Amino acid sequence: MLQEYVDRKFRTDNRPPVDINLIKDKVAIVGVGQTKYTRDSGRDELDLACEAIKAAVDDAGLKMEDIDGFDTFTLDRLALPMLINSLGVPNVKFSGEISGGGGAGCSVAMHAAAAVATGQANYVCVYRALNEASGQRYGRGDSYAEYMLTAFTPHYGYQWPFGFVTPLGWAGVWGKRWMYEFNITREQLGWWAVVLREYAQNNPDAIYYGRPITHDDYMESPMIVDPLKLHDCCVDTDGAAAYIITTVERARDLKQIPAIILSASQSSPIEQEIQTVYNRPIISGLVETWYHGQELYRVAEVDAKDISVAQLYDPYSIGGVLQLEELGFCERGEGGKFIEGGDNIRIDGKIPCNTSGGLLSEAYLHGWNLVIEGVRQIRGTSHNQVKDVELSMVTGGPGVPSSGIILRR
Amino acid sequence: MTVEYNPDQKIPHPAMWGVLYKSSTPFWEGVKNKKIMLQKCKSCGNLLNPPRPMCPKCQSQENEWITAKGTGKIYSWVTFNEAPHPAFKAPYAAVLVELDEGPRIVSNMVDVKPEDLEIGMAVEVTFEDVAEDLTLPKFRKAG
Repeated sequence: MLQEYVDRKFRTDNRPPVDINLIKDKVAIVGVGQTKYTRDSGRDELDLACEAIKAAVDDAGLKMEDIDGFDTFTLDRLALPMLINSLGVPNVKFSGEISGGGGAGCSVAMHAAAAVATGQANYVCVYRALNEASGQRYGRGDSYAEYMLTAFTPHYGYQWPFGFVTPLGWAGVWGKRWMYEFNITREQLGWWAVVLREYAQNNPDAIYYGRPITHDDYMESPMIVDPLKLHDCCVDTDGAAAYIITTVERARDLKQIPAIILSASQSSPIEQEIQTVYNRPIISGLVETWYHGQELYRVAEVDAKDISVAQLYDPYSIGGVLQLEELGFCERGEGGKFIEGGDNIRIDGKIPCNTSGGLLSEAYLHGWNLVIEGVRQIRGTSHNQVKDVELSMVTGGPGVPSSGIILRR
Repeated sequence: MTVEYNPDQKIPHPAMWGVLYKSSTPFWEGVKNKKIMLQKCKSCGNLLNPPRPMCPKCQSQENEWITAKGTGKIYSWVTFNEAPHPAFKAPYAAVLVELDEGPRIVSNMVDVKPEDLEIGMAVEVTFEDVAEDLTLPKFRKAG
């Protein structure tokens, strides 16, 4: 059933026509906000969310009463009504909570964009707040069990009794298969972590600002879940981030250079599970990433070579490197070679990646920090600004129903 | 070697995921009787793994359960060097076994150390009572 993925032939005959796409070029991200990213906020997540949202509203040059829509994805601990009560938003006309966890990192932007493009709301705020470092940790089976006992994850009943309980384990299984099939080496993988840490050294907001690592440090770091070492893993973070989406027409009257959404896409292909995607003909690839990438390019009418800079959702190094393959920045199985030495993903490279430090070295803010960095690259305000950015790509998490956006000036 | 457990901690039980537990009950009943049961579409013969209410190939909701041979190969694995859950003592490995019938299932090995695991290793099922109310299908090196 996934023959089109196996053959790398994208079926386009059942796709909506591009010329009636109401999001393309008509919607923009106009304000961004974030709290400090820390390892122990000492605050409620609701408290953090309020700060980030206020910052995003101010950044856009809006008033809180202008906001009339909200969007986020599942697996957080915020009650929207309490958020509204705290912010003082008079009335919310549109709200959404998308399933899929981090895979929906860009679905949220897509849904908010659809809402403003179709007149359901004027200004939608897309928000996230979490105490991942000091509170319940998604990366640990014990403290997160209650989140995972959901209708969304029934297949975990076949896996948790075997001690197979964390994202690192789930991803490690397809990661090891990928390394085995294509002779990807530990030395090659290390460059992803090293380059992202380099970016973080120029970004004072990054958790690992002031804490560089060398490739030797990477090689010597402990193996947490074989095949993933400590430095292959994202940095558990407390914090919040938010951004505001409205139409390009309204954006003209606002404070900032709008980051216009050229295309947005989601994908949940058959035999999808939540990271434990083991019953497809091939498990050494990210089918959902390939599909949403194909759709992003089709709608945007561009190709991988046209993308100036990319923020790829990397909860672990292999999740980032494999996306380089599935999004066409290199050939399938060539991800290891592509990042060797790191130059291809550095600021002057073929495709500068995760220029704020990404989830590994800036913050694991469920991808919100990646969208914000994607916007900064369009505005020209990144701490690691790529020259002459035309198209800025952001993606959602690998191994789950996933998503992506391409932004332009 | 087989996974060691902390006796004072509860091993996650498949019934905790009640949403689809009815669809998967024949699998866990089979394990109690020391068999690996696979769900098969009565209409087109497609094996449905994990179990589900409708065949994705032909949309039939009629299915039956067959007994798998219990043999297969290691398709991939991971080793947990730090225990991510209090019921389990690290280090231990979780293996993805490709059964000879085709479906892939997650399990543990009972007789092979994590460092001796290899992709392609031939394995066969064995059953371990890990708690009063829980038997698990595990694997050992075949032959």
